[in-house]
Amino acid sequence: MATESKLHVKKIGKATLLFKSPARITLMIAGLFFILALVESLTGATDISSPGTSGATLRFAIPLLMAGLGGLWAERAGVINIGLEGMMIVGTWTAAWFGYLHGPLMGFVAAAIFGLASGFFHAILTVKIGIDQAVSGLAINLIAAGGARYLSGVFFPPVGGDRTVSPPVDSFPTFTIPVIAPILESIDAQNIFFISNLAGILHGLTKEVSLVTIALLLLVPLTSWILWRSKFGLRMRFSGENPMAAESLGINVYRIRYIAISVSGMLASLGGAYLALVASSVYREGQTAGRGFIGLATVIFGNWKPGGVFAGSILFGFTDALRVRQSESVMSLIMVAGIVALVLSIFYSINRRWKPGLISGALALLAWWIHQRVDVIPQEFVTVFPNFATLIVLTFLAQRLTPPAMAGMPYRRGSE
Amino acid sequence: MKKVRIFWGTVAPLAAVVSSLLLVSVILILRGANPIDIFQVMISYGFDPRNLVSELNQTVSYYLAGVAAAIGFKMLLFNIGIDGQYRMGAFFGAVVGAAVSLPPVLHVLLIVITAMLAGGLWAAIAGYLKVRRGVSEVISNIMLNFIAAAIIAFLLGEDLLGILPEGSQNVQTKPIPLSGQMPTFKMFNGEIYSFIFVAIFVGIAYWIMLNKTVFGFNLRATGLSFRAARSSGVNAPGMIFITTVLSGAIAGLVGLGTLLSDTHSYSMAFPSGFAFTGLSLALLGRNHPVGIFFAAFLWSFLERAAPVLEYEGVPPEIVIVMQGTIVLSIVIAYEVVARINLGQQQRAVGKANVELVKESK
Amino acid sequence: MGNILEVAGVEKKYPGVVANRDVSLLVREGSIHAIIGENGAGKSTLMKTLYGLIRPDAGSIKVFGNEVSLKSPQDAIALGIGMVHQHFKLADNATVLENVILGGEPSRFGFVIKYDEARKKLLEIAETYHLDIDPDESVANLGVGERQRVEIAKVLFRGAKILILDEPTAVLVPQEVTELFANLRDLVDKGLTVLFISHKLDEVLSIADDITIMRQGTTVATKKPADTNKKELAELMVGGELPKPIAGVLKISEKSILSIKDASYSRFDGREILHHLNLDLHGGEILGLAGVEGNGQSELIELIMGLLPATSGSVEVLGLDASTTPTKDIRNAGVAYIPQDRQRDGLLMSAPLWENRILGHQFATPMAKGMWVNKGAAAEDSKRVVEEFDVRTPGVNVLASALSGGNQQKFIVGRELSGDPKLIVAAQPTRGVDVGAQAIIWDHLMKARSAGAGVLLVSADLEELFSLSDRIAVIYGGSIVSILNPLKTTPEDLGLAMTGAKSA
Repeated sequence: MATESKLHVKKIGKATLLFKSPARITLMIAGLFFILALVESLTGATDISSPGTSGATLRFAIPLLMAGLGGLWAERAGVINIGLEGMMIVGTWTAAWFGYLHGPLMGFVAAAIFGLASGFFHAILTVKIGIDQAVSGLAINLIAAGGARYLSGVFFPPVGGDRTVSPPVDSFPTFTIPVIAPILESIDAQNIFFISNLAGILHGLTKEVSLVTIALLLLVPLTSWILWRSKFGLRMRFSGENPMAAESLGINVYRIRYIAISVSGMLASLGGAYLALVASSVYREGQTAGRGFIGLATVIFGNWKPGGVFAGSILFGFTDALRVRQSESVMSLIMVAGIVALVLSIFYSINRRWKPGLISGALALLAWWIHQRVDVIPQEFVTVFPNFATLIVLTFLAQRLTPPAMAGMPYRRGSE
Repeated sequence: MKKVRIFWGTVAPLAAVVSSLLLVSVILILRGANPIDIFQVMISYGFDPRNLVSELNQTVSYYLAGVAAAIGFKMLLFNIGIDGQYRMGAFFGAVVGAAVSLPPVLHVLLIVITAMLAGGLWAAIAGYLKVRRGVSEVISNIMLNFIAAAIIAFLLGEDLLGILPEGSQNVQTKPIPLSGQMPTFKMFNGEIYSFIFVAIFVGIAYWIMLNKTVFGFNLRATGLSFRAARSSGVNAPGMIFITTVLSGAIAGLVGLGTLLSDTHSYSMAFPSGFAFTGLSLALLGRNHPVGIFFAAFLWSFLERAAPVLEYEGVPPEIVIVMQGTIVLSIVIAYEVVARINLGQQQRAVGKANVELVKESK
Repeated sequence: MGNILEVAGVEKKYPGVVANRDVSLLVREGSIHAIIGENGAGKSTLMKTLYGLIRPDAGSIKVFGNEVSLKSPQDAIALGIGMVHQHFKLADNATVLENVILGGEPSRFGFVIKYDEARKKLLEIAETYHLDIDPDESVANLGVGERQRVEIAKVLFRGAKILILDEPTAVLVPQEVTELFANLRDLVDKGLTVLFISHKLDEVLSIADDITIMRQGTTVATKKPADTNKKELAELMVGGELPKPIAGVLKISEKSILSIKDASYSRFDGREILHHLNLDLHGGEILGLAGVEGNGQSELIELIMGLLPATSGSVEVLGLDASTTPTKDIRNAGVAYIPQDRQRDGLLMSAPLWENRILGHQFATPMAKGMWVNKGAAAEDSKRVVEEFDVRTPGVNVLASALSGGNQQKFIVGRELSGDPKLIVAAQPTRGVDVGAQAIIWDHLMKARSAGAGVLLVSADLEELFSLSDRIAVIYGGSIVSILNPLKTTPEDLGLAMTGAKSA
């Protein structure tokens, strides 16, 4: 529930200057890899850039990405979708069941359809009946969780599952990209500084890939395209920024929100389907484990842009993947982060921006201290890193983020 | 007027429960079960004294979660952070309780105060972010819930604050000595947590605070109209922060019934889901202490009676569906009822007079 | 060139009030036609009618000689009528181009926006009409004058031939006003027609080709600037005779109730709303504050109530520094506040009347006893207020939202005037109130004055101002431009002061 007015002065947020152009972004990523390669050769912990890690990262990232895109679609249209977790559960269940019955492809189709329906339901509650968005989301989470448990008890036991696990589903065929993958593999094996690290990562992304992964990844540029190139996208953005303005120009904001929220449900649901069909091959109770909420976090982290959501889900997927990796990798990562902080600190100081310079300097020192004193990062902290990162972003960068101006605020047609 | 309000006040929750029962009946019929039989079985099982006892004990926690949520709702705050706040309260209450030795009443008091402080401080983070940075308390609380669980899980690691007793699979905090325990009392052939009296006291205090004190007035006013409250002299942003902390402090008490009278230590086995439950109960009980109590009892009853459904061939999870649909119907019902109520009042006012109005615009 | 717009006999009534009555207007094609009038004259209603937001009860509208019936803004747009609102409808987090084309996007397959084509069209429009805008600039970075240009571009993009501008200079600084007027001249040179509403006589005389004056819901006269002067216009705007004060002269006490010295206030975005304002109020007098809405009255009131801090200068209320003292302390010192927006600032709409009686008085007796709310006293006193101020309600347990606007107002006034306040800040105290109750309220205000209280009366109702005030301060552009003696003021004096003319 949102209070009526802003309680503080919010300067018009400008997305961090760092991310101005594609050229800059590429340069920064290259720099990051350079530092990574450096650290790996110094510490001998080569796990970070191994194909296993990048493959796992992708697998962990996709569900987060879908939840994030789901959150993005809804929020861009002005609605904060708290029910993403429930819609994801809908996806896991329907994908597993229909996948069991008719094969994994039908599983995805079913998840999409039911996800769309759950989104539509949320839309009716919030747009038509005018219920508070958070309450509606809450109700949907409850019903979805309960419904999934109930239906599991009804359908699964007779066919070889039990009330918490579905019968196993055939998985999607995967393939390894011909020509390129083997080349990458051999480059990786040669251990050339920087090139091999890069090759290792890319190798992980090119072997045993499933078409579904690629299809879902394509949704990122597709969303971008829709938002900034299509008529619908423009109107949707305005529904979230200034619905009164849109309405005054003859746009049916209600209809747009219906569509956007339905799509939001569908996307979250597809994320769940991925969890059940690709990341594993069963439905398991509690499978979503709060990913729907992390999806909301990636939206914030990504400053409400599809590219940002993608970056956020990769980052969070990466930390998720790290959990099952060697602990030295985590340490190396801290070192990388520390070096990045150091570079930033120098950069800021040169530009006389003392406050960010000081803060990043302090972070670099913190990373150094952790590296020296701590042996192992506790598992729990690694798991909760996405949440923590989001909180930090919210605390320190809230002024610079650019959320859709009216997201979360109730809107009634005809209000001024 | 007052009679009318009470009437409408109870119609909505009743309508919600009834419509949920209807929906479930339909589902049962589709499975070939007889709804009447099923409900009878549930009721007789649920009201069996042995089960009543555990239901009442469960009601203690649910009730406190509901009151915590209600405090938030009065300020239009959606305190989904109850999960994290409850854990912080229970955990630190357990740790501090086990670390000291004080005369009995003081010892318990210390635990209670620690729990409230822990929950309140944890909630203050979200409150600060909301008031100072305009961050939605929903998002920050969701993040804080996960972080709280992680911190506690970490602290429970065997070398730190956790111990692994003989024959147990669960790591837990050191047990609280006798002086820090609360007795149970016999009723219905079972043991009921005496913390239930604290819970009832909290409910009464909540109602008195809200309706009889200036502070409560200011709280409700800020929730009803931020601008009007501000114009009347209320420090509105301050109210929002204090309310968040207060809600968190109450949430910190949620786990104490179990902690003080039953387990005497905190472990990862402590249940979750209190945020959703608390919010649902506050909605169902219309933020009224008596309403929340009945709602809390209803919830405990449903959950306790669920397993018996298995013997009748019905998956017990149908109870969760019931809970979900109750929440949904409640919210829809309120919208409808609120509009009808307002319409009625306006008509009453219109009937009472005919007026000539000169408006200058 | 004929008349592009002919309005005849338009009427619009709302329950209890006639907003437009026998309105007639002839607008020549290719002219800048100004419509002036004070608050409540009916200008907004007329504009909304022309834009299709309101349907008139009677009368006819002809565009290009053809009678039309406008049912919605879409109809108006289709006919070439475009409205530039006073409160801009722009999304900050989007570019100029996106804001302009929304709802009228050129597209391929009805789906893909042809941005290049749109950009080209916008640049053409900008070029033709000398509008300095950059299609790809983010609106967030634009100043007020630039945003207004975007709004103008918006209507031009949709092929508007007639532009209606609602108080366009209200938010502009002088530099921006000059730019705007140059733009309007360009538009008109290219054959478009501009209709604009204003209350600033200097500006209107300098830019308009025709001026129509509205007063009390009807069009009073149409003049050409060359044939008239400020005095005449001011008199037409305000009407003939001004009412005389009804209370006798009282001895004003020495006690300073309100002392504002050189106070300025800047909003968070840098805009200075109040400039070096000076105002004094003593016990035993009613100080009226006249001025067209939007000249800083609201901010001044909030400064006095301690809701906003002055950025410089001092605001002293009953000896307290209003910029640092919390509002509740100011209230407890004996300040009553009748807010302008009764529903948003004065009432808890979904609470019963007796709780609303407590609002604003919850920090002291009798409504509160220490930390406890005194429901009994609140209910009792609510009943008294209802009696004394003739509030039509079946009881004090009724929700505030169920009462009509006028009755809500009466209740608020009754509440605020109880307890012998020393300073009464009353903004539009009798707006929406029937004649009988208005008399009751005036009576109470005057009684308070006799008892030694100071009253700051902010009102758009000239009758009210002149009947009650001992002195009338006129606020314009964030400063007090003159202090008038109601016994000796002519309508021209008042009109001139309110519209910013320094001298006749």
